[in-house]
Amino acid sequence: MARTIKIPATKYPVERFTLDNGLRVVLAPDRTAPVVGVAVVYDVGIRSEPQGRTGFAHLFEHLMFQGSENLEKLAHFRHVQGSGGTFNGSTHLDYTDYFETLPSNALERALFLEADRMRGPRLTEENLRNQVDVVKEEIRVNVLNRPYGGFPWLKLPPVMFDTFPNAHDGYGSFDDLESATVADAAEFFERYYAGGNAVLAVAGDLDVVAATELIERHFGDVPARPAPARPDFAEPDLSAERRESYPDRLAPLPAFAAAWRVPDPINAFDDYLPYVVLAEVLTDGDASRLVERLVLRDRTVTSIGAYLGFMGEPFAVRDPTALVMQAHLPPGGDVDKVLRAIDEELDRLASGGLTAGELARTQARMATHLLRETDAVLGRALQMAVLEQQRGEPGLLNELPRLVGAVTEEQVRAAAAALRPGRRATVEVIAGGAGR
Amino acid sequence: MTALSSERPAAPYTLPPLGPNKKLKLPKEAERRLPNGLTVIAIRRPAVPLVELRLWVPFGRAHLARAVLLSQTLFSGTDTMSMVEIAAALQSVGGGLSAGVDPDRLLVSGNGLVTGLDRILELLAGVLTGAAYPNDEVATERERLADRIQVAQSQPAHLAREALLRRMYGSHPYATQTPEVEQVRAVRPAQLRALHAERVRPDEAILVLVGDVQPGKALDAAERALGGWEAGGRRLALPAAPPLSPGPLLVVDRPDAVQSSLRIALPAVGRTHPDHAALQLANLVFGGYFSSRWVENIREDKGYTYGPHSAVEHGVAGSALTVAAEVATEVTGPALLETVYELGRLASLPPKEDELEQARQYALGTLQLGMSTQAGLATVASTYAGFGLRLDYLAEHSARLAAATRDDVAAAAATYLAPSRAVAVVLGDAGRIEAPVAALTPVERQVSSA
Repeated sequence: MARTIKIPATKYPVERFTLDNGLRVVLAPDRTAPVVGVAVVYDVGIRSEPQGRTGFAHLFEHLMFQGSENLEKLAHFRHVQGSGGTFNGSTHLDYTDYFETLPSNALERALFLEADRMRGPRLTEENLRNQVDVVKEEIRVNVLNRPYGGFPWLKLPPVMFDTFPNAHDGYGSFDDLESATVADAAEFFERYYAGGNAVLAVAGDLDVVAATELIERHFGDVPARPAPARPDFAEPDLSAERRESYPDRLAPLPAFAAAWRVPDPINAFDDYLPYVVLAEVLTDGDASRLVERLVLRDRTVTSIGAYLGFMGEPFAVRDPTALVMQAHLPPGGDVDKVLRAIDEELDRLASGGLTAGELARTQARMATHLLRETDAVLGRALQMAVLEQQRGEPGLLNELPRLVGAVTEEQVRAAAAALRPGRRATVEVIAGGAGR
Repeated sequence: MTALSSERPAAPYTLPPLGPNKKLKLPKEAERRLPNGLTVIAIRRPAVPLVELRLWVPFGRAHLARAVLLSQTLFSGTDTMSMVEIAAALQSVGGGLSAGVDPDRLLVSGNGLVTGLDRILELLAGVLTGAAYPNDEVATERERLADRIQVAQSQPAHLAREALLRRMYGSHPYATQTPEVEQVRAVRPAQLRALHAERVRPDEAILVLVGDVQPGKALDAAERALGGWEAGGRRLALPAAPPLSPGPLLVVDRPDAVQSSLRIALPAVGRTHPDHAALQLANLVFGGYFSSRWVENIREDKGYTYGPHSAVEHGVAGSALTVAAEVATEVTGPALLETVYELGRLASLPPKEDELEQARQYALGTLQLGMSTQAGLATVASTYAGFGLRLDYLAEHSARLAAATRDDVAAAAATYLAPSRAVAVVLGDAGRIEAPVAALTPVERQVSSA
């Protein structure tokens, strides 16, 4: 029974403007709850960090919380939380974000705090050494002291890519982190943290005229510095299959991740979108192709998931990127056998097409996921900031459910046909932790 | 760009004041108890055209391995639909449902396009009244679950939590929350069917629907779909959790670990206890948020750790305050020292006025944030309902947070944060950490169970 449900859309109003210093601003008012989300996104990420300074973009993100022109160390945290809000920052391949969610009576405070660090963080030797220690503990928690640490986001790029920007470890080596200097940080700020290289987005309980005035007041005198030219990170597609493995002494069960390059998410958006849908056709839920075949029927994997981009953010990544698939296997599982079955299923999809209702139901579920991500004011602010930065099109957020819904069966089949073994990069985890 | 005069503020570069506090506004809601006992609560938040669903079914004292496997196979088929058909039918209306258990309840969670609400409820009803636990599907899920447990048992956070719960709760059901692999492998489909017949019943269950709905109409939809779910469940109440019994710090060996997992439990009280608001504030001042004494000390000053946190955790049978940090192996002793120091300092001396105000604002503000999404509101409403509370508790709790004095918070800290009342566990490389920890407090050693 293939009932087709109508895919709804949001209608968040979007205001855009640019300050004289080059800072781009996006406002998305929505007064249904007394909260605001504030996001500042800088156009620099893991791919831009210098050789010999792996992990520097992330370390620098930490330093942006260590005080600024008019704020002592710890003040930022205390002011946000003491206003009833929450904060964080995160470092991605192509951007770094800083954000707060607060009751809307604290909007001006958040703007003040973001403007102050945009004018300049307090970079001291003591704070740098402290945050190198903190980042090392972060890496121990997330990578070194647990099974499957960094799998696959740190483990697969070096198999798929050859150049430093795309292939290196974005968390960084302890050696590189320890050799970072205050001068490095100052240079990094000077180069990348320019008003012209940033986007400010505010979503939620705001009045556009009043918020615009507050933004002018607080960000207006941030010195104008132009955005640096973005380097070309392009790499050719794979011409032959790549396959590597590594032991994980803590992992009890085998796992693998495989990836195929996809069209440019920004400049070839129409060609890219079918891959986003394909990933969900393959692995979203118990009725998806690969879950049904590999988990439920063959029982050759215990879980499998496919997504776009190594950090799983299809609409916040630039070229080059990939469709990534990862699977965990039962004890003694056979990766080759699973890869062959995946190839068979891709062939079947490419040549036989989809079953009645299969595409429509996948698109309906994707619409729910997309809409749900926009319900939180912060999710909206962050996504709009990145869409503005990478595409100059924050309003695309309102359009995504419909655009996903407009992808055709032919396009999905063509995308499946492109995922050939000869274009695939695979990394396998050799389980080394028998039992505990 | 909008042309506006950009006057500098009178005192530039100083922190702007907060605007007036917005009063906590509760959303529009409706509630009905159906003749079969099911309580349905429908809450309107129309921000996106979706609906969130939470179904809380009391599950205390259910057999652990069977309960966990039941939650993983609830949607694996009925007499009329296969697992894949159910999943596809849900997807068709943008929906998805899944289930999980803890020692208090079975919780079905999901969401979907609001236009699909009737269909989602119909499919949910089909599963609640007709889940078949087919042999093949159960066999598949049993092995998947066994694999997942094996992976969990290789994770330090999980092992530390298990050791702490055992130490806290002794023979109470809260002591063991993850079954052993062999226990899972021993479960038979007939046992799942029996457990379902006995416990997956509407008598004391609570369904919460939140989203772009008219609450009255959502109640009608729920009644149409779930009115035929038959009552007759067996209610087994959990005994009250025992008080903590302080003793030597338990060292659990994890050879070659590069970090130690430090876990401490302290006494706490439930949400309706008169001390609760003051305890929540005391916890915040100690370690319950980033701008707390403990986080500022061991992370921002000493660099011992990345994400330390402490929280008041509530179960139906009792509450506890838990403290958790992953610290570098070589600083395990010093990190414990600072932790005990900060607990003891707050238990002995009242917090400063500005510390209390900052914690109070955070507690009040995050209540607003937690209600500002459909998913957040659904989780809050469902959790409260499971404890016999409704959203108006938020208003009462806000008033108590606003009224708590320094003396109240100092008294709560002296009562609940005193390190002498703590139960503590450290999971790490025992050969390297036992001596430094033993220099600070008596220890006993537990060798990892495999």
